[in-house]
Amino acid sequence: MDWGFIFEQAMGSALGPDAVVYALAAIGLNVHFGYTGLLNFGQAGFMAVAAYGLAASVTSWGLPFWVGLLVGLGAAGVLALLLGAPTLRLRAEYLAIVTIAAAEILRIVIGSVTLKDEFGGRDGLQSFSDSFTALNPYSGTVDLGLFSLSRGDAWVTTVGWVLVALSCLLVWALMRSPWGRVLKSIREDEDAVRSLGKNVFGYKMQALVLGGLFGALAGFMVALQQAAINPDNFSTDVTFNAYAVLILGGAARVLGPVVGAVIFWFLISGLGTFFSEAAGGRDPLIPTWLMTDTQASLVRFILLGAGLAALMILRPQGIFGDRRELAIDAR
Amino acid sequence: MRVRAILGLLGAAMVSLLCLGGSVLAAAAVPMAPGDEGISINVILLDQGQPTAENPKGTPIPGVRIIVEDATGTEIGNDVTNKKGVASVSVAEGGDYVVRLDTDTLPEGTELSDPDDVTNSVNVLGFDTTVQFPIGLAERTGTDIGTRILGLVLSGLKFGLIIALASLGLSLVFGTTGLTNFSHGELVTLGALLAYGFNVGLGLHVLIAAPLAVVAMAVVGYLQDAGFWSPLRRRGTGNIALMIVSIGVALFLRSMFQYVFGGETKAYDRYVTQAPWTLGPLSITPKSLVIDLIAIVVLVLVSLAVARTRLGKATRAVADNPPLAASSGINVNLIISIVWIMGTALAGLSGVLLGLDQQVEFQIGFKILLLVFAAVTLGGLGTIWGAMAASLVVGLLVELSTLVIPSELKYVGALLLLIVILLFRPQGLFGRAERVG
Repeated sequence: MDWGFIFEQAMGSALGPDAVVYALAAIGLNVHFGYTGLLNFGQAGFMAVAAYGLAASVTSWGLPFWVGLLVGLGAAGVLALLLGAPTLRLRAEYLAIVTIAAAEILRIVIGSVTLKDEFGGRDGLQSFSDSFTALNPYSGTVDLGLFSLSRGDAWVTTVGWVLVALSCLLVWALMRSPWGRVLKSIREDEDAVRSLGKNVFGYKMQALVLGGLFGALAGFMVALQQAAINPDNFSTDVTFNAYAVLILGGAARVLGPVVGAVIFWFLISGLGTFFSEAAGGRDPLIPTWLMTDTQASLVRFILLGAGLAALMILRPQGIFGDRRELAIDAR
Repeated sequence: MRVRAILGLLGAAMVSLLCLGGSVLAAAAVPMAPGDEGISINVILLDQGQPTAENPKGTPIPGVRIIVEDATGTEIGNDVTNKKGVASVSVAEGGDYVVRLDTDTLPEGTELSDPDDVTNSVNVLGFDTTVQFPIGLAERTGTDIGTRILGLVLSGLKFGLIIALASLGLSLVFGTTGLTNFSHGELVTLGALLAYGFNVGLGLHVLIAAPLAVVAMAVVGYLQDAGFWSPLRRRGTGNIALMIVSIGVALFLRSMFQYVFGGETKAYDRYVTQAPWTLGPLSITPKSLVIDLIAIVVLVLVSLAVARTRLGKATRAVADNPPLAASSGINVNLIISIVWIMGTALAGLSGVLLGLDQQVEFQIGFKILLLVFAAVTLGGLGTIWGAMAASLVVGLLVELSTLVIPSELKYVGALLLLIVILLFRPQGLFGRAERVG
């Protein structure tokens, strides 16, 4: 059992590109769920349209990288409008079901053989990020003491954390503005807000678009981190993991998603490495009849599920949240 | 007493499964590829243009060389398909591999459906992976359109009935407790896994294992409510918080299933493949007919019970207004407990039948969960008749949509319909037009 290695893996995920992606996705969900009370279960769909918007623009349609970014952001915005229009007037469950359905539709369509020329089918798309990697200022592996990042990862991580910082700043500024206070009051009591003459539907729609754009940033980071994308990067579990991140850190707190992402990935990666070390090798710590290599990679997901349920029951405000502020269930 | 009556009805349905099953033809289990130590990539070559009674999925093609290369193009190994059409190459670890078919070794007259498709990239994830090369598919488009529609209607109805069982359970629980249960798909899976366990693990006959699994699921339903959801309700955990709890439960259960059951697809030891009965243009396998009949009988019995019995009336009262129901002397907690038992047993039955229809794997219920949600929402959240009717609509739509769109996109149509209908009729197709905002 090499504890140093486990710790290094865990830190590499907790501060590396993995955490960046989920921090951005969860910042988006925080705007939706934490501040406005919207149950978006399709964040993976927002990430997918953005990532594929970028990748397909560059590889399939020959547009410049920067235009691809705009296409991706635009696609996420349009998706938010399309999903919001039928559901934002209805009960919370409807948005949940429609968004999760839309995310699955997108994943299936993007991965289909029919659209293989545009989106690459199951294999996805590659080599769209040359303009981005060309800007890489690092000349080699970056050693940060606790862990080291490859040249490419270091660049993606730097850009990613800058984006996370800017996003947090934006959310912080917006949520202390009058606009943000309206969102929070919609979460607490929609009818009261309506009776004050506010256009609740409009505010909800703006929140859905804004959170979707943060999701788009997360999608870009997925694409840039791997320099390749495929439909499986955007499965339903991505959304659920982002919820786990948000709830772990504390919903309706500006830094909640960031703290959540760091802790989430520290645990997921650390546990993953621990169990694969414990169950693998010549003389495994855990006997094979109890746990094989393949099973070892599943233990963290079992714990993740149990953890998410337990957290929601025992401490729904997360680590930093304030229970008084967050009446998650107004109805 | 009423409780027992309802459970009795469910039991009667199970007995009918036993009786009906008597006429089902037996067939050998699908041969699994020989697996060495470690991970292997298996290739199954079937001429899908020539299905026969023994091989309804297509005639195996022996003697074809399959080459597996790693991402850099280095050959890892090769194998020749045996008389079951199976070739197997073991690889040291997970990763990206390219599987290539040597077209020179294909027998005379046999060609790939897509001649350019001689390579297949696979991402091996640490367990055995199966690769297929479509062969002979183009020939099938020749069947006349009427027969094809009829076949799709039949499979659509069957799929719809299976979904209806699951959505009835979901709808009952939602109606009485307000819980949008994202772990309902895992209950469906658990039903299938239990039936597989009783059948293959304990060696019981499928016709005993199947009802036993449903009974076990009823027990699971009781325990689940008494041990988990009921305490949460008493704590006053809100519905949206509970929805997220159910997501956690779903992730937990799904990973547990994969841990215990593995990632492979496995079949019950009987009724895997059957020769269809034909009657003019109609062609249906005995097991499909049995699945249809069991589902119809159970659905009718349950809806009669909800509509006619005192217990059903009490259930609807609780769904409508729990405090009012309680004040008129209805034991709300008992009703909710019964609803959980019924809902879970129905989900389990749905899983058992789905496993019989498609074979069992750990995501079997998760894969239909969204269609179940679509059906429940289309029917109008919490309405029982609506959920059943909408399930049939969803099942038919999924199958019939393959007439115009590629079958890989068949779930998309149903999910799109869900979104479109919500735009115009948020209360669902059969819900009462009242404010749901």
